[in-house]
Amino acid sequence: MTRPETPVLQAVDLQKHFRLRGVGSRDVVHAVDDVNLELRRGHVLALVGESGSGKSTIARLLAQLVPTTGGRLLLHGEDATARGRRAFRRYVGRVQMIFQDPFGSLNPVHPVRYTLTRSLRIHRGRLRGAALEGALIELLDRVHLAPAERYIDKFPHELSGGQRQRVAIARALAADPEVLLADEPISMLDVSIRLGILNLLQDLRDRLHLAILYITHDIASARYFADRTMVMYAGRIVESGDSESVTQDPKHPYTQLLVRSAPDPDDLEARAHGARGEAPSLVRPPSGCRFNPRCPFATELCRIEVPPLMQVGEGREAACWGYSDRPDRPVLDGSAESGAIA
Amino acid sequence: MTLTSPLGHTQKLTSASDPVLEIKNLSVDYGYGYDDDPVHVLRQVSLTLGRGEVLGLAGESGCGKSTLAYAATRLLPPPGLITGGEVHFTDRDGRTTDILRLNDAQLRASRWQDLAIVFQGAMNSLNPVFRIGRQIADGIRAHRPEVSQKEALERSAELLELVGISPDRLRSYPHQLSGGMRQRVMIAMALALDPQVLIMDEPTTALDVVMQRQIVEQIAELRERLGFSVIFITHDVSLLIEIADRIAIMYAGEIVEDAAALDVYQRPRHPYSSALLHSFPPLRGPRRELTGIPGSPPDLSRLGAGCPFRDRCAFAFDACAKVNPELVFPNVPGDDPRRSVACLRHDPAAVRAVGEEPLPVPAELSAR
Repeated sequence: MTRPETPVLQAVDLQKHFRLRGVGSRDVVHAVDDVNLELRRGHVLALVGESGSGKSTIARLLAQLVPTTGGRLLLHGEDATARGRRAFRRYVGRVQMIFQDPFGSLNPVHPVRYTLTRSLRIHRGRLRGAALEGALIELLDRVHLAPAERYIDKFPHELSGGQRQRVAIARALAADPEVLLADEPISMLDVSIRLGILNLLQDLRDRLHLAILYITHDIASARYFADRTMVMYAGRIVESGDSESVTQDPKHPYTQLLVRSAPDPDDLEARAHGARGEAPSLVRPPSGCRFNPRCPFATELCRIEVPPLMQVGEGREAACWGYSDRPDRPVLDGSAESGAIA
Repeated sequence: MTLTSPLGHTQKLTSASDPVLEIKNLSVDYGYGYDDDPVHVLRQVSLTLGRGEVLGLAGESGCGKSTLAYAATRLLPPPGLITGGEVHFTDRDGRTTDILRLNDAQLRASRWQDLAIVFQGAMNSLNPVFRIGRQIADGIRAHRPEVSQKEALERSAELLELVGISPDRLRSYPHQLSGGMRQRVMIAMALALDPQVLIMDEPTTALDVVMQRQIVEQIAELRERLGFSVIFITHDVSLLIEIADRIAIMYAGEIVEDAAALDVYQRPRHPYSSALLHSFPPLRGPRRELTGIPGSPPDLSRLGAGCPFRDRCAFAFDACAKVNPELVFPNVPGDDPRRSVACLRHDPAAVRAVGEEPLPVPAELSAR
């Protein structure tokens, strides 16, 4: 894969530790540690992980809704940390977010027209009359809510979940952004309309050359929709690569467990059996590799040192000592014996 | 001790001829109709659960799958109102009772003992201010007053072990447990009185896939050992195909297809089942363009005559606007005689009855 251009949005060594409440408490939640990622024009990057792995925190850091505690954000290669209201507004105009719950993210007392007009006026200046009307219709058209007249004066409660999510996407597009951060955009929707939203986002990626971050817990949808996939576990990236190879030939033991745990009616035998354990506490994460307490291959090395992301193939990386050339590395049982993951 | 569950009956008891729960023509309305007309959320639903069977109930939100489970156990809160039907429960001795006709005292005794429910969002169904051991013991003693608190706690410990939680967790409060553990505590509680039917309403929806896999395996293993029947409600059809013996697909308050799990997956007969299966991107196999289902589920308060799926259906024809199809044997030679489907493409007689010309079953709905 050739990558001549600089990424639109880039995170370097991103870190977020949340302070725990309590007088004199020094404990922090290690929500996100050492995350590097790049969002490119016309590409979808999926961030996959279980609940509590820190994937939503990354979206909120990238949207600058919460301050980072370490690392840098670069927009077109330049430092993007917004200081002050106006800088933040400018940043938000380029990086927009779509939330999980379209029932909560649209104000119920305003019709679609108001919601979209506000976003247009904030980000594109004073639009009036025919110009405004034209922009509104174009927006609804873009998210396939046609004919626009039928939807423009509706209140959120008069729309179905899928239509509401489309309005939320239209609102994000009103800012004419370069980056769309979609935090679980389909998980609250009915199963039959989820694909419609994914196909819409795919269409926007192609037509508007948006850079999209797609956050999900469903690795199958990442395979369907995203060009590249990153897998998170307990606040760290454990694997990244193009979506097809990550899902078809996972390298990291956690990704392997994840892929084998997903229900697959075509292959009832190749299931992970006897999977045990849970994600660790992020207040006192395990030393070394955070997956080591659940990993069947873990050795002393895994318990002491944090594995860096290592090259494991063309454009692929995995944070597992098994792929290093250290003499004391763990031996990964490469065969697809699902039972081995215990 | 007296409470120990009879672990003896381990033989596989899967037969439709030995039903444990029979739901017949169950109808439920929401709203009493003072100012608005009531909404008919369940319309003449019939369903049979065989002894030892895992029956999956699938459909999107609002299709009535939870309502069906709650109505059948008389747990439906107002403004839900059961307007007709029967729910026959047959216990191990062969005695049959109609749950809808039990009086309050009988119902109270029957719940949990005959039929137990694991609720949707079970993570929040535990009382946060009591230790979990006490919560399990409470349920046991409510049904078996002769059991001492000590014995009830011993039984609670056994139950926790059954679901893979260390018994020293008895003294934990719910907030000290992870989501997956709380879910298992709920399953342990449901099993406390050795029920014959376990209704699980989206028991894994709030959990991640790895935990979901653990819970599902646990349920399968426990069923093998304890021999109860399960109604498993979810919107995730691919999960159901794995764990259920039989699947009933619901749409807009009706069952549209009822067949063996693998038949639903490999040989769907209803256009909605077929479309639903194509709404999940596959994790393996070739990547293909998927479309989902156009449109959105119908508003149940504005359902007219005709098939409720017709506006979203690729195979709809003129007759679909006139008659609402009933469950019939699919019009495909060689199909399992126990399966049924509610689609006019499979029911030429109903089409002729309204003066339309029947159309053949399309190839997509007659795969072999």
